[in-house]
Amino acid sequence: MSLFLRAVLGLGLAFLYAPILVLAAYSFNASRLVTVWGGFSTRWYAALLADGPLVAAAWVSLRVALASGAVATVLGTLAALALARHGRFRSRPLLVGLVFAPMVMPEVIVGLSLLLLFVGIGLDRGVGTLVIAHATFCTGFVAVVVGARLRGLDRSLEEAAADLGAGPVRVFATVTLPLLGPAVLAGFLLAFTLSLDDLVIASFVSGPGATTLPMRLYSQVRLGVNPEINAASTLLVLAVTLAVLGASHLSARR
Amino acid sequence: MAATTEASAPLLRLAGVTKRFGGAAAVDAVDLALAENEVFCLLGPSGCGKSTLLRLIAGFEQPDAGTIRLGTQDLTGLPAHRRPINMMFQSYALFPHMSVSRNVAYGLADRPRAERAARVADLLRMVRLEDFADRRPDTLSGGQRQRVALARALAREPRLLLLDEPLTALDRALREETQSELRALQRRLRTSFIVVTHDPEEAMRLADRVGVMAQGRIVQVGATAELYDRPASRYVAGLLGDVNLIPGRLGPGEPGGLRAVEIASGSLRARSPAADLSEGDAVVVAVRPERVALGPDQAGEGATVGIPATVAERVFLGDRIARTLHLGDGSAVRASGPPEGADAFPAGARVRLRFAAEAATILPA
Repeated sequence: MSLFLRAVLGLGLAFLYAPILVLAAYSFNASRLVTVWGGFSTRWYAALLADGPLVAAAWVSLRVALASGAVATVLGTLAALALARHGRFRSRPLLVGLVFAPMVMPEVIVGLSLLLLFVGIGLDRGVGTLVIAHATFCTGFVAVVVGARLRGLDRSLEEAAADLGAGPVRVFATVTLPLLGPAVLAGFLLAFTLSLDDLVIASFVSGPGATTLPMRLYSQVRLGVNPEINAASTLLVLAVTLAVLGASHLSARR
Repeated sequence: MAATTEASAPLLRLAGVTKRFGGAAAVDAVDLALAENEVFCLLGPSGCGKSTLLRLIAGFEQPDAGTIRLGTQDLTGLPAHRRPINMMFQSYALFPHMSVSRNVAYGLADRPRAERAARVADLLRMVRLEDFADRRPDTLSGGQRQRVALARALAREPRLLLLDEPLTALDRALREETQSELRALQRRLRTSFIVVTHDPEEAMRLADRVGVMAQGRIVQVGATAELYDRPASRYVAGLLGDVNLIPGRLGPGEPGGLRAVEIASGSLRARSPAADLSEGDAVVVAVRPERVALGPDQAGEGATVGIPATVAERVFLGDRIARTLHLGDGSAVRASGPPEGADAFPAGARVRLRFAAEAATILPA
């Protein structure tokens, strides 16, 4: 690789990741002043654990991400199966649109419309509405991941199972699902990540007592940045990175 | 047709089976009767409908018209998992997440555990894979995978086994060995086979009878020798091997079921056509290259027989000599003969070519 290409690569990576690295580095700053380096320390990570509201917010985020990830995984897998396995039914283009639209819809609009819906049907806002909202926009992502795997799946494997006397349920449980397994898990990790990250939609549909971690961080930042925020953000980035790496590893596996 | 189908009630009977995809008929009003213990080959190029017909019998597709009966049972409309028929897939379709023994045991889920284990052991011994029971399919060679697929398909003791291009994925040396193994196994188990293939040699090695398919129809059914020597159309003649098609006009009938044909460079005799043709119609005479014999051109001495020709090319192929001959009108005829006569009739030689009238078939042009 020529020097020029190395330089371009370095600049590109710096452009993408320097802000996050700076954030992570300052989370180990001993000084209370965000922009002045005062030596290495892990005191802000210790302070995190003592910060009751922040830990509670992280707990809410985790519960919402697990629940909405699970719901999105089931719905997304079913949608992918319907799209891949039932040929050209009449409402197919409509279903494709309905499944994938929430992925590209502006989050503000998704959040607002969900809020209007929840208010309209009189649903109390809280963890429940957060789970519903996150599952809504994560389903499409799961459908994409599982659908890609499904298209690469040799149809004759399922036919062979049926040929050997297995009814549709046994074929699905013993052949289709085990072979889709890595993709289903990857879809779950992706949905989990998206839910964990989300601020915009959560701000609309959340209620009292259901503050997520990004919401908590954002509200604290408005009062002033402190190193504790850096530490919390670093942990969040770490969790998301691990989940995404896991998802891509599972998707690539044959 | 074949006497075997008339002797006893057929094992499998298809009547008017039709399957359309979009507007086009992939399988068009196919009738077929298969006897117990018979190996039947569906032969044809890709896209002729042979695989679709196999999938209709297996139950992966349902016919738009017609019936499929196995013995006394009407299978029409039954899904694949309710049909007492098993299939070996071209790709083998082994379950990649299961060991060899679990693959073979898959069809035995309804048997008691002890019986299942014994049956799997028997099957693996039958295909000589008892040492590979715990291996995953992707660690096996192509030939071993083929044998796993065969054992798995035979596990439920089907009365009829469908084989979709069973040997295509194997290399040539292994293919011939596997063909004879497959045939020996079939004779021992007395299971009927339907084999789909595009390879005429495979059909000849495996089949008792062959059905040649074209455009969704079975155009001719018969023993391989019958199809090879007495094709009913140019298509069948060409599909089963190299053939000369000499154009001419149909002449008068002759004794012994023969008929004269006037060709550009003379007159010859061949077996009467099965098709309804009348004198003067354009026809072709189909004759296999190995049936064409050559003799010296003795022009000037009177008693010459055969059609005069010139050797255009002579190629030594080890087990035979292939010659291309040009007739007086410039049309080409191929002749292949034993390698002993390699030195005779080099390129440029003038010869007379002959063939027995019984070895030649008159077909519609």
